[in-house]
Amino acid sequence: MAQALHIFSKELKDYFVSPIAYIVICIFLLITGWFFFATFFLMDQANLRSFFSMLPLIFPFVIPAVTMRLFSEELNIGSYEMLMTLPVSLRDVIVGKFLASVAFVAIMLVPTLSYAVWISFMGDLDWGPVVGGYLGAILLGSAYGAVGIFASATTRNQIIAFIVGMVICFTLTLIDKMLFFFPNAILPLIHYLGAGFHFENISRGIVDTRDIIYFLSTIFVALYGAHLVMQEKR
Amino acid sequence: MIHVEKLTKYYGDLCAVDAIDLDIRKGEILGLLGPNGAGKTTTLRMITGYLEPTSGSIRIKEHDTAEDMLEIKKLIGYLPESAPLYHGMLVYDYLDYVAKVRGLEKEEKESRIRSMAELCGLSGIMHKTVGELSKGLKQRVGLAHAMIDDPEILVLDEPTSGLDPNQIVEIRDIIRAIGREKTIILSTHILSEAEATCDRIVIIDKGKIVADGSTEMLKMGAGQEKTVSLVLVGAGFDEARQKLETIRGVSRIDCEEPHHEGELRLLLTVAGPDDPRPSLYHTIRETDWTLLEFRQEGKSLETIFRELTQED
Repeated sequence: MAQALHIFSKELKDYFVSPIAYIVICIFLLITGWFFFATFFLMDQANLRSFFSMLPLIFPFVIPAVTMRLFSEELNIGSYEMLMTLPVSLRDVIVGKFLASVAFVAIMLVPTLSYAVWISFMGDLDWGPVVGGYLGAILLGSAYGAVGIFASATTRNQIIAFIVGMVICFTLTLIDKMLFFFPNAILPLIHYLGAGFHFENISRGIVDTRDIIYFLSTIFVALYGAHLVMQEKR
Repeated sequence: MIHVEKLTKYYGDLCAVDAIDLDIRKGEILGLLGPNGAGKTTTLRMITGYLEPTSGSIRIKEHDTAEDMLEIKKLIGYLPESAPLYHGMLVYDYLDYVAKVRGLEKEEKESRIRSMAELCGLSGIMHKTVGELSKGLKQRVGLAHAMIDDPEILVLDEPTSGLDPNQIVEIRDIIRAIGREKTIILSTHILSEAEATCDRIVIIDKGKIVADGSTEMLKMGAGQEKTVSLVLVGAGFDEARQKLETIRGVSRIDCEEPHHEGELRLLLTVAGPDDPRPSLYHTIRETDWTLLEFRQEGKSLETIFRELTQED
């Protein structure tokens, strides 16, 4: 496990040494800030609901851009060979890279805490949904990060990794909004698969075990998929 | 030290390594020789745990690759072909990262990094990013990466490919310096390099071992046949052949293309246990020919390699 931590800190440092981190964070803050405050004063309500409700639509673009290089780049330049011949297990590598992407999502969300602080001065802010919202955002970001890592493991081309990751994440966001396309028999299943539905529950401040289990199992399935894909390459 | 048994690797239908058996003793420098695509890199990748064998087993010390890969990885330092490093990292950060992953503690880590920098000549470039280094420097960073925690076994895949002659000599010196106390496996397709650095040479072709032994043994094993080459001035080919053919031990005389006008280049094939050189010298001294060159050659590694690996 110590190995996973070394890989985690290396990957996290890599984000902030290169310009990727700053570009992604700036874009994220610009888009969310713009859309949030464009309607905030019209709504005249002291809450962050419209901010959180944007995240399932924005994360599918932002997070695969963060995770796309994690395996693709290593496979492409061949450093994966050097990494895997160090005394590390594949599990440590995947966990380390995943934790780095989770940490990145958390760091990206930190500046938005200032919205909550500002709003609490303007009106009577209910902190319950805010805490729930951030918890949900971290869980959602982690799940999409795991999906992005899976996409990155499948190809040595970063652009393909980005597109594959984005398509899967976007599907998870939208699938429960398109229930009318599916036959009645599988409706509950499809509804449960949608990430948006679970995220909304948590971001309303209702922390239900079922939603948390949904995110944790998505993370597990995606990372396990990445493990299988990388194992197959040996 | 390293015990390889019936090691086989298939890529789909393609058989890259075909039932190789190999025993490597402690302290040996083993050169793995073969044409491109012979299965050298695949073999090394299986020994280092990057690839899984289709069948067969590798035992290193008391560990088996199938069960105990993590322990084996701790024993091995590996430099893949052309040293694929992270481009964005500083040389120091990279070595620091590798040292941490390999489990070195703080003070030991610093001292190892310093001594590796000295051994591999990296002291002046520790603050540069890996991406801006030349190929030779990258190769040296790769060597430092492989040796950072002083592993017992070093596996080097074509450590000198693509380097200029000066860099080749530098890398070779480093290998020889560390080879005194380590077990080293290196692959190459440069024969002079194998001859210069290795104790033992294994030639593989199409995934199979076709020769195994020390350089001398390989040359001996290729037959007792030797050649003596002569360069004479003032002699005709027929005349010379008449005189020299009768000497014991000389089995054939061929004429080679002259480099300069007036000279006669002869290639005498020597068979049997007799050394014909004294009689050759005396015979030539009795004539009025001028002797410019007189040289005996064993079969070169090049000839052996070509004989063993060429298609019939």
